[in-house]
Amino acid sequence: MKGIFASLQKVGGALMLPIAVLPIAGLLLRLGQPDLLGWAAMAAAGDAIFSNLGLLFAVGVAIPLGVWAAARVNGPVDHACRALVTISAAFPTFFIGLLFVYVFYFLLGWAPEPLGRLNEIVFSAPPRVTGAYTIDALIVGDWRVFRAALAQLILPAVSLGLFALAPIARITRAAMLEALGSDFVRTARASGLPAGKILITYAFRNVLLPVSSVLGMVFSFLLGSNVLIEQVFGWQGVGAYAVSAVIASDYAAVQGFVLMMAILYVLLNLAVDIFATLIDPRVRFEG
Amino acid sequence: MSLIALARNTGYAFGENRLTLAAAIILALLALCALFGPSLAPFDPLTTAAAAKLAPPSTLHPFGTDALGRDLLSRVIVAARLDLGMAISAVALSFLVGLALGSLAGYFGGWTDRIVGRVMDTIMAFPLFVLAMGIVVALGNSVLNIIIATMIINLPFYCRFARSAVNVRRDLGYVEAARMGGNGSLMVLLNHIVPNILPPMMVQASLNMGWAILNAAGLSFIGLGVRPPTPEWGIMVSEGASYIISGEWWAFMFPGAALVLAVFCFNMLGDGLRDLLDPRKRV
Repeated sequence: MKGIFASLQKVGGALMLPIAVLPIAGLLLRLGQPDLLGWAAMAAAGDAIFSNLGLLFAVGVAIPLGVWAAARVNGPVDHACRALVTISAAFPTFFIGLLFVYVFYFLLGWAPEPLGRLNEIVFSAPPRVTGAYTIDALIVGDWRVFRAALAQLILPAVSLGLFALAPIARITRAAMLEALGSDFVRTARASGLPAGKILITYAFRNVLLPVSSVLGMVFSFLLGSNVLIEQVFGWQGVGAYAVSAVIASDYAAVQGFVLMMAILYVLLNLAVDIFATLIDPRVRFEG
Repeated sequence: MSLIALARNTGYAFGENRLTLAAAIILALLALCALFGPSLAPFDPLTTAAAAKLAPPSTLHPFGTDALGRDLLSRVIVAARLDLGMAISAVALSFLVGLALGSLAGYFGGWTDRIVGRVMDTIMAFPLFVLAMGIVVALGNSVLNIIIATMIINLPFYCRFARSAVNVRRDLGYVEAARMGGNGSLMVLLNHIVPNILPPMMVQASLNMGWAILNAAGLSFIGLGVRPPTPEWGIMVSEGASYIISGEWWAFMFPGAALVLAVFCFNMLGDGLRDLLDPRKRV
């Protein structure tokens, strides 16, 4: 995935410039109306929150799981990891989201109704500062609204994260296995270092690079699935806006949406590449 | 590899991995549904019955009925043809186009490689599902265009795979020998290199199938391509979704479960095929 940016670099500024300018121009054309622009910014903030939560959830579960599975190959955790990876790769995000709504809202009653960002019949939205209800509620100090907005976030974030979990856990496990099988780990073991130190300090550092390169794919997936998840949970976000534009065959709006997502994706990949050079000095000297 | 050895290997791989065998059997059943769906279905998938709307699963309607009283079992069975058809044709197309472009780029290098490579990079610069949405909207809202969109977003994977596979073989001894024997470039490529990269490409394709199904179903879930009365798993899930909060779970559950089952089986079969052809890559 880091090849994308490297090759974009190779093509040079000449090609890069129109690629960057086109979508911005498209967005300005489309979102030029002031209230629509504000609305999009607000919706994007809401989207960003739950995508980030989803990513955090995926990374937070997948990496420890992969490390643990690799540390005890063919143990129960390894089998559980393999089962989770296989199953979560087979579930479409929209179906898992609906399944969660049925189980946690209808059957168990734990989750709030899937009405988007906040049940506006019961709660009133906090005054807008960042556009994200959770943060805005915190700024005002309204804990009731904060809790309600946070509760609305959990199911979308988890259903988004579940599918992203599979590639991350798979790569973590494979990279960890490779690191654990290498000579420096054997030397560390022979030197009598504690197992925890070997696992975390010696082996795990080598996992970060492959994981950061698979993140590009995960971002591609997350940006696409946002659209589906917003449909399921009734969020009035950028994805929902795109879907209504799609239904109405509103080309300009769809174009703006696709290109905005593309910019976001390229920027995310850039961030991943920079992160990769930070965690592994070898990357700096390649290409 | 002789046919007997292939059969023995296949038998071995299946014997070792029961899950792959189970996946193959379920896929065969799904293929049966896809081929003979309309005659297997107990009811007409389009006939509505106002009296029996949203009836829970019963012996008459094992999967229940939807909001218009249509039998869900029949609809799920009949939908197999469209869902599998879309995914298989999209994967087959990207396989063929990707193989052609990738092997030309890998064999000739230079400008061919640069142009093909940059086109693929451009595709990869978009989040893939979002790009597919854009393509369907731009080309027009139809099933054919869903297939084309799914084909385009899968293209880079095949193209890059074929490119690197051809590239490492380009200067091998047997290829040099074929060139010395007076074969033209295309002949060498077609007769001597491509047959050798087909097996790993097939594995790639089978691993890709599940994803292609998810993608096509996702597009129709948001209302692209397939029109409402047509039975298709993605659109049926989205039709059933409105009845979840009132507790009619069967309307979204069964089409969704069919989708999950198909994707799961393709993933399992892909893993099994990869183990069969390249045991080293097993993770």
